Order: sequence, then C-alpha cells, then structure tokens
Amino acid sequence: MGDSTYGFQRTATGRIVLRADQVERGLLTSVAQQVIDLVKPEELPADADPLEAQLGWSAGDVGPSDDPAVARLLPSAYADEQDAADFRRFTERDIREGKVQHATTVLAELERSGDKITVGSPDSWLATLNDARLAIGTRIQIGDDNHEELASLPSDDPRAGLFHVYDWLTFLQESLVRCLDPTLYGFSEDDAPVIDD
Amino acid sequence: MQSVSVTFVGYVAFRSDGGGCETRRVSRVAASPELDEQVEEVVDLQRPWITIVWNDPVNLMSYVTYVFMNYFKYPRDKAEKLMRDVHYEGRAVVSAGTREEMERDVTAMHSYGLWATLQKDE
Repeated sequence: MGDSTYGFQRTATGRIVLRADQVERGLLTSVAQQVIDLVKPEELPADADPLEAQLGWSAGDVGPSDDPAVARLLPSAYADEQDAADFRRFTERDIREGKVQHATTVLAELERSGDKITVGSPDSWLATLNDARLAIGTRIQIGDDNHEELASLPSDDPRAGLFHVYDWLTFLQESLVRCLDPTLYGFSEDDAPVIDD
Repeated sequence: MQSVSVTFVGYVAFRSDGGGCETRRVSRVAASPELDEQVEEVVDLQRPWITIVWNDPVNLMSYVTYVFMNYFKYPRDKAEKLMRDVHYEGRAVVSAGTREEMERDVTAMHSYGLWATLQKDE
C-alpha cells in the first residue's frame, strides 16, 4: 500500500485530506469512472415526450437490470413487480443522475489534487466509495463470511485483484466515516488522530 | 424500577399540511406519581406505510449508522439500534408514514446505496 496507509484524516483546521500516491489516485479515478459508466442513464430518444423527458420519466415497462451489480445499485422498491416498475419509471433516472453527479464531483476533486487530496464534498466520496464497493462486492459475490476465502485466492484468479481493491475501498470508506463522526459506532477518539495541515 | 402507566385519553383530529385530516390517538404517560410528571404521547394511527432497510454483506455498520443519523436526523442511540437490527435481525423498519413519504425515504436510501423497500404496514 502506498501513501494512503492512514486513510482519510482530519486536519487541525477541520479539513479532511487523503494522502495518495499517483498509482492510488489513478485507481480512485478509474473506480469513480467505472461507477459512472455503470449507472449513467441512457440518452433519451429523440422522439421522447418533451415533458416526460424534462421530468426524467421513462416510457414503457422498467424492470431491474440484468446486470447484478446494477440491480444491486438500483434495487426494486416494492416486492410487487408492477408497483416496482411504476416506481422505477418515475425515480430511477434521478437516482442514476445523483450517483453520476457524486462520482463526477470525486473525479473533479482528484483532478485538481496532488499527493494530498482535500475532500470538499465528503458525502460524494462516501456515496461513490459505497457504490463502487457494492458493484465490486456483487461481482466477486462477497458474503457475510467468505472474506478470508476471497483474501487467500491465488493471484491468477481474476477475483483476487478485485478483492484487494474492494478491501482498500472499505478501509478508505471506514476512515472517511470516522473523520465525519469520530465517536460513531465502533470507533474511539484515539482512532482518528488530528494531523497538521 | 419505576413503573410507567399509560392512560388512553381519546382521539383528536389534526389537519396535516396537505389539508387532509389525520386521526391520532393521544395517550398520557405518567412516569411516577411522586414526580407528577405527565407526558402526552401522540400515536399516529394513520401512517400505514413503512420503509424497511435490509441487511447486505457490503454496507458498513458505521456508514449505515451515519446515514440514519444524517438523513432521518435520528439521535445516535436510535440510529445504532436500527443499524444493529438491520445487521443482526436482517431488516429494520426505519420509518413510517404516507406512501409518498416512504417513496421519498426509499429513494434516498437507494441514493446512499442502502437496500430498502416500502410496503403497507400489517
């Protein structure tokens, strides 16, 4: 692991920073970009109803995605299929756009940062780290009790690399939550030392 | 241990923001006769929809608590209890209200990446 050994940290003046080397920043950029690629809404067809397009409503039936990762990021709100489809029609585009917006903010903050990333929008980072973990977790079929199994996969298993990225993103997200609320569940003040600016 | 007695007082109708009438049950809770402390507890009888958050192996316990505190503005104790219910019981009812309110809450939970559904309360 490179510069990000300490995860996100709170500075004496209250800023949240992440020290990350070039490789780590490249990885974070790739992760945020992949979240965008995964959830960005389809372009509206040219003949879309202008009002419905403006409101972000989709025509026709909308079901959960065939891609399990997308289906996890955009789950059904109702057990009943018809209710779930109606709900998606009116809300899914907004949720997709919100996730894209968060990841775009993260990309912009990475873009303008050097080795020390200053977090201007922690909620965008939290959402994007979480969405990335949900997507990767679905891909490698993470469960409540198979972490050790995944951690000890041979390096030629395609899931091995993904698990290491997942593990790193988990560490980063946990450290960011801790920065935002140092006394939250499972943390103690000692876990979140304040660093110099 | 102090005993708590709840006295049923009656029904009152409130006009909600939307202009409709909601019927609520008003109870009086007496914590102890010595303190003569009476608290009115309002129980809404017409909040038939609920939002449920389901457990999944990815969401962090700290993050789930953070979301409950920041979105619902729940105090830490309540947020942590709900988080533990999600984690250990597999699900928790995190809010109750009208169908429209619950659709708003579920949309927010999906935006945060939590797995949530809504349904009519049984």
